[in-house]
Amino acid sequence: MSEELHEVRLSVNGVVHELRVPARRLLSDALRHDLGLTGTHVGCEHGVCGACTVLVDRRPMRSCLMFAVSAVGSEITTVEGLTEQDGSPEGRLGPVQQAFAECHGLQCGFCTPGFLTTITAGLRDNPDPSEDEAREMVAGNLCRCTGYVNIVKSVLRASEIARERR
Amino acid sequence: MKPAPFAFVRPQGLQHALEALAADPGAKVLAGGQSLVPLLSMRLAAPTTLVDINALPDLDHVRVDEGGVHVGALARHADVLASDHVRRAQPLVSLALSHVAHPTIRNRGTTVGSIVHADAAAEMPMVLALLGGSVAVASRSGTRTIPAAELYAGPLESTLHHDEIALEATFPVLAPVDGIGFEEIARRHGDYALVGVGAIVRVEAGTIASARLGYLSVSDVPTVVDVTQALAGELSAGSIEAASEVALRQLEPADDLHATAAYRSRLVRVLTARVLRAAYDHALDRARDRIES
Ligand SMILES: Cc1cc2nc3c(=O)[nH]c(=O)nc-3n(C[C@H](O)[C@H](O)[C@H](O)COP(=O)(O)OP(=O)(O)OC[C@H]3O[C@@H](n4cnc5c(N)ncnc54)[C@H](O)[C@@H]3O)c2cc1C
Ligand code: FES
Ligand code: FES
Repeated sequence: MSEELHEVRLSVNGVVHELRVPARRLLSDALRHDLGLTGTHVGCEHGVCGACTVLVDRRPMRSCLMFAVSAVGSEITTVEGLTEQDGSPEGRLGPVQQAFAECHGLQCGFCTPGFLTTITAGLRDNPDPSEDEAREMVAGNLCRCTGYVNIVKSVLRASEIARERR
Repeated sequence: MKPAPFAFVRPQGLQHALEALAADPGAKVLAGGQSLVPLLSMRLAAPTTLVDINALPDLDHVRVDEGGVHVGALARHADVLASDHVRRAQPLVSLALSHVAHPTIRNRGTTVGSIVHADAAAEMPMVLALLGGSVAVASRSGTRTIPAAELYAGPLESTLHHDEIALEATFPVLAPVDGIGFEEIARRHGDYALVGVGAIVRVEAGTIASARLGYLSVSDVPTVVDVTQALAGELSAGSIEAASEVALRQLEPADDLHATAAYRSRLVRVLTARVLRAAYDHALDRARDRIES
């Protein structure tokens, strides 16, 4: 039996893509396999680890718990979309990415895309978090390497960088 | 793992959604997907059709009136939690919601979806039962209202019919003489609780006129226990112990992977004491605020 395919228009990082996918295609797989945006990582595939977190209409959501066919009409931001335009061809790292680089906020990097998207949205809601609030901001994401200390530092540093750039 | 194949529709109107649901006995509603998609990916469920209700109009409301707090089927946990109107009208809803998963899950998961998913380990089914709320549901033959007391049939089983879509949950507003409390213990922040307890206590002229407790994660359905008689009008070490005994008789905690029955019973006692005191103090605080204003 051949599976029915659906035409889906996905808007990712400001670019509209047309794809034909079965209904059961997870958004995480559509991003990675159909669009080649492998920055989004897949760990547990049941909502627990947070590696696959993307922004859907600016809110962080688990891309492994959404189907691509349910994402039509939404604007999706992946880790690839966190880079800022500064006139150079590659752009420059966004404040959260820059802070992770400065504070050693990653080791293997598997969890990092989910942290970066989550923190980007978190700092939009709370631009100047306390250390406790920074910790709370990342409480839904798992990291097996860093022990979180440098990730919490990165949140605080990102808030400074965003302020400096404003 | 990946979900098994299914047919998919994303109707723009309720009638169309109800027809699609009725057309396939293997069809299921897809709301936020935060419970359903993991079940599909683990192949614990394999519906033949998914009816995605996320494009239906006019279902994302969070409204408060004298009839209660009304939460539409597409209102996300995060929307309900963010509402100051809800917090003022029925603080137990907001308090319990802050314990539901993590913010990222709350951004997508719906409160109504959680209620009809009927997980005994979930917060909101218990809150609806404790407060005596209801759910409005629609099918092709019309609408009906299911009181919370008739909503839970068994583990992960609500009394909704296969062809019905839940449109709205209603939580009664907190009466001026009532106070509430909520506590839970989970192994990790944001996880499902090992035991959770909610309380609603009515204080009239300094004595307890009524007290009800709601338990999650102890038995296989959300359980409400009336402890008014056990308390005999006041809170003391003895009366709280009596209330815990009444609750435990009704709950009959069992061993499972996450905790032994003995440990769960201990948590029931500890949390019952905490929420009764919190709800009593809350009722007194509200009475004081009324006198001052
Ligand atoms: C990592 C993780 C942690 C979590 N932790 C918690 C927690 O601590 N506490 C907690 O309570 N929940 C928790 N959840 C579950 C979460 O609250 C879900 O959002 C909720 O249980 C279901 O809502 P939904 O909108 O996602 O429903 P879905 O997953 O879309 O649907 C769930 C079920 O309800 C049915 N359904 C949904 N909406 C309707 C409707 N309007 N009419 C008829 N049927 C409907 C579906 O057919 C399905 O059977 C967690 C989830 C994850 C992934
Ligand atoms: S892969 Fe989505 S939460 Fe783990
Ligand atoms: S850096 Fe390795 S899992 Fe977080």
